[in-house]
Parts: sequence; C-alpha cells; structure tokens
Amino acid sequence: MATRTRRPSPARAAVTAQVERVLLREAALLDEGRLDEWLALYTDDATYWVPLERGQADPSSTVSLIHDDRALLEVRVRQFKHPRAHARTPMPRTVHQIGNVEVLEDDGRHLRVASTLVMVEFRSERQRVWGARVEHRLRREGLGLRIAAKRVDLVNSESELEGIVALF
Amino acid sequence: MSVLDVKRLVEADRVHRAVYTDPAIFDLEMERLFGRAWLLVGHESQIPGAGDFFTTRMGREPVVVTRHPDGGVHMLVNRCVHRGARVCEAARGTSRVLTCPYHGWSYATDGALVSVPFPDGYQGTPAPGLARVPRVASYRGFLFGSLAVEGPSLDEFLGPLRESFDDFVERAPAGALEVAGGVLKHLYRGNWKLVWENLNDGVHPAFVHASSIWAAREQPHVPGSYAEIALRQMLQNGASPEVWERTGIWVMPYGHSYMGDYHDDSRLVPGLNHPAFAEYRAALARRLGDEGATRVLSELRWNSIVYPSSSFMSQFRQLRILHPLAVDRTVIHAYTLRLKGAPEVMFRDTIAFANVVNGTGSPVLTDDLEIYERIQQALTSASTEWIHLGRGLDGDVPDRAGMRRGGTGTSEIYIRNQLAAWVEYMSRES
Repeated sequence: MATRTRRPSPARAAVTAQVERVLLREAALLDEGRLDEWLALYTDDATYWVPLERGQADPSSTVSLIHDDRALLEVRVRQFKHPRAHARTPMPRTVHQIGNVEVLEDDGRHLRVASTLVMVEFRSERQRVWGARVEHRLRREGLGLRIAAKRVDLVNSESELEGIVALF
Repeated sequence: MSVLDVKRLVEADRVHRAVYTDPAIFDLEMERLFGRAWLLVGHESQIPGAGDFFTTRMGREPVVVTRHPDGGVHMLVNRCVHRGARVCEAARGTSRVLTCPYHGWSYATDGALVSVPFPDGYQGTPAPGLARVPRVASYRGFLFGSLAVEGPSLDEFLGPLRESFDDFVERAPAGALEVAGGVLKHLYRGNWKLVWENLNDGVHPAFVHASSIWAAREQPHVPGSYAEIALRQMLQNGASPEVWERTGIWVMPYGHSYMGDYHDDSRLVPGLNHPAFAEYRAALARRLGDEGATRVLSELRWNSIVYPSSSFMSQFRQLRILHPLAVDRTVIHAYTLRLKGAPEVMFRDTIAFANVVNGTGSPVLTDDLEIYERIQQALTSASTEWIHLGRGLDGDVPDRAGMRRGGTGTSEIYIRNQLAAWVEYMSRES
C-alpha cells in the first residue's frame, strides 16, 4: 500500500487536480444524459459496483444492488435507448454533487480515489436524494485517466428501496 | 364490508379493482388472509445456534424468530407486553435474553418474561411473556407461522406444493439448504397481489422486458464470463410465444401454483458442460445414486408461489418473502440459498442470478416494478371497474395429485386460482 503524505507538493496537487477533472466530467456527462461518452470514460475491463452491505468485501459471495462488468454496463447504457424502456423513459434527471475528493493511493499505474456523492434524482413526479461514499480506481492511459472500477456505497443501501435506474 | 360484497368482487374471468385499491379490503386481508394462512417466515439456517434470532413481519405483526437453548424454534410478537415498544431491533443476532429498551423488561428466547427491573411499583405483570405466533411448523427446513389458533395443518396447506420444496432440498448434495449472501429488499407502490400475478406470466416478458431483451441481444456473449448468466436470463425473457405456450402452469388448493417444464440448466447456465457442474452431479449421485441424481436434475420447476407470502425457485436457489405494507405499498425480501455440499462456484452463479432478477438496480426487475406502479395508479380510474383474467379460461384441466393445469403455459389460471383462495379466506367470518 502506498503511503499517504500530508506534505504539499506541486506534483501531488497536479494529480489531485487531474483526478478532480475526471470526476467532475463524469458527473457532468451523467447529468447531461450523455451516457455513451460516460461509458467511454471506463476501461474495457471496468466494473461498476453498488454493494448491498456496508463494508461488503466481495461482490461474488453477497448480492449487490448493482454489480456490472463492462458487458453488463454496456447493456445498462444501451437499455436507455430502447423506445419501450418503461422504467427509463423518460430518463431520470439528476444532479451529481461530488465532494471530499482524496487520492488514497497512487502506484504509478492506478490511483485509488475516495469521494462523496450527493445525487438528486427526479423522474415520474418523484424526487429522491441519494448519498454515497464513492471509490474510483483510475488507470493512467497515455496522459489521461480512465475509470477501471467504481464502487458506490449508498448510505441507505440496506434499506427497503424502490427500483434504481439512475446511474450514480 | 359484508361477506356478500367480498364474494361479488371476484367472478370467473374478472376481478373488481377494489381488491387492489380499497384500504378497507386491505384491512380485512390482514385479518382474514395474512391473519390466517401459513406464512413462510424464514429458514432454519438463519437461526442455527442457541440464542440466534432474526426479526421480520407477519402481516402487521412485528415478529422475532428465535432458537431456544433446547433447540426449539419460537415465533414471538416483537412488542413488549408492558408499554408496547419493539423489543428486538436488530435484523439478526444472538442473545441469551431479549431486553426491552424502554424499561428493561427481559424475555427468554422462548418468550417467557424473566426479569422486571425496579419491580416494586408494578401491580403484577400483564402477561407471562411475549405474545406468541399461535402456530409454528416447518417443512424441509422452511419455517412457517400462522397467526390463527386453528386451521389446516401445514402439510394440508402446502399439499402438492411440498414437491417444490422437496425438489429444492433434494438438489443439495448434503440434503440441506442454507440462507446466505445478503437480503435484497425492494419496495414498490402497488398492491401486494400484483407481484404474484406477474411471476408466472409468460406473456408479459416480451413487452415489459423488451428493452433488456434487446440490449442483451445486441451484446456480444463471452461464454463463461460473469455477464453470461444475466445475459442468458434477459434473452430467455425474449423466448418465442411457442416456448411460453409449451411451459406448464399448475395450480392447487389454497392459491399455490408453480411453473414447470420451462428453464433448464443447459439453457441458462454455462452449466452442464462446466467442470463444476460435473463435480456437483457426482456429489449428488453419491447421496441419491445415479438415477436419483438424474431424476432430481430433470425436474424443471421455475417459480413456485406459496400463497400469499412467498415464492421460490430451486434452479438458481432464490427465495422471495413478501410483506404487504399498505393497500398500495409492498416490499419483497429476496434471499439466496446455498446448496450444502455443492461446489462453491454454484453459489457464485446464484449470486449473479439474484443480481439480475432481484437486484434493486436490475435492468429486468426495475421494469416489473415500474409496471406494478402504473397498474396501481391507473386502477384509481372508476371508468372501468373490472380487471379481465380470462386468458385460457376454457382450457383449464384437472391434473394429478388434485392439481389443475392451464391448457397452455400462458393461461391466467394461476391468478384465477389465487383469487378463488382469496375469496375463500376473505368470506369466512371465523
């Protein structure tokens, strides 16, 4: 595990700024409904995970609210385009508010990034507010960063929930 | 609501919308249906050791299910006999005594009141212990309770549906199941009956799930990948009408039903040719013999519905328990079960399958929930009072073991059968 350092350094500040740009771009693409461009932020082996249980260690031995590999993520995005996607037409309108961004680890190839998410969702005369701790695993590709894994721990993941169609 | 009125709400091929929308009907259902029927409450593996407990609901009753040190299972009303506070708050746990948070009254795991702190001021105690669910029984490890003091035995209530439980348990090489892997809880703003009227409906998938069927068809498939189970299930929803017509739908007394002759592992899982499946089959054959293993694995039951509280599915080891909250509000708790003695990879398949059929964010389930809510909203309309349930009406035929069967797999016989049981419960005054 890489060591965390509290020492300010210009290089570290630059990395944090780059990470924040990726997270804010992801949020903007989701809020604007540009899902193909959103998906393009993800690597070909990406996973998108919304665990059921707090601190859930493993997506294969415990059920999840959502656990998608890249193929299922593509299906999820494609489904929005079907004219009879009943639960997704119209698409939910969202505002993603990202905060508390912190680079937890940087091994040169991957960065592990923590953030918090407050998302307001509106669809079908219903507004819902979601709160989550989010962890991104970002991969350096060329000069940029792509999302290799995203984990969204909803504060109310273990409660009785209505169906989830919006993307966090 | 008079008895006559309840009977008039259901006819041979139609049901009145009030059955889904009237709060007075819902109140009567809590008393006469959920207050009488055997309700599937859980599984013995949730409370394996002394002092283990889990909390749940039976209709409107908050219930705690416990394992007493003598091994007995108790279903207790989770309400302190003193001032009414919920005694046990955790979803599950282990404790020698259950202590009320309000004034510290403590109960043993068989419900007996064992300690009252600061006792001098009380003029005796109102009851010797927590109220008990009057009747408790189990079948093949599944725990049932009935809030009625009298009624049919569990065996009589389940009738031929016992075969579905047998099928489930026999699939485990060690002959036992175990609840594991977390509980998905999904809520919808609709009447509780809508889910039971949908589960074995072979006409709806092509329409309700059109978007996920199409999205899965457009996706390249990689055999053996994690996505494969989910993709196959989405594609299965897009089976041709001929396939759905060929499935079997069986019904029996007390409103139960099951769909059969439908899925098999070869269509659903990378399974049959998978090394783990061969290992599984061999383990099964060690207990049942080769013929026995073949017999167990050739049983092709899809959803079995234990009316009015539960449904389960053996091939991917899923269990749903329904909790009606209000006339237009329902929650389903979805459990996964492990086949004891089976290779671990099969439990991973169970998890992957649960994520696609019961995951709160599932591309499949979310469309079902959307439709339940649209039905509930539109049933406020008084312009048309009746819901039509006539599909296959003339084709229903008697079948073995006192069951009846739809003339084709898409007959609405299972809804008519549920509502016949509904009338039976609801029109009986005592």
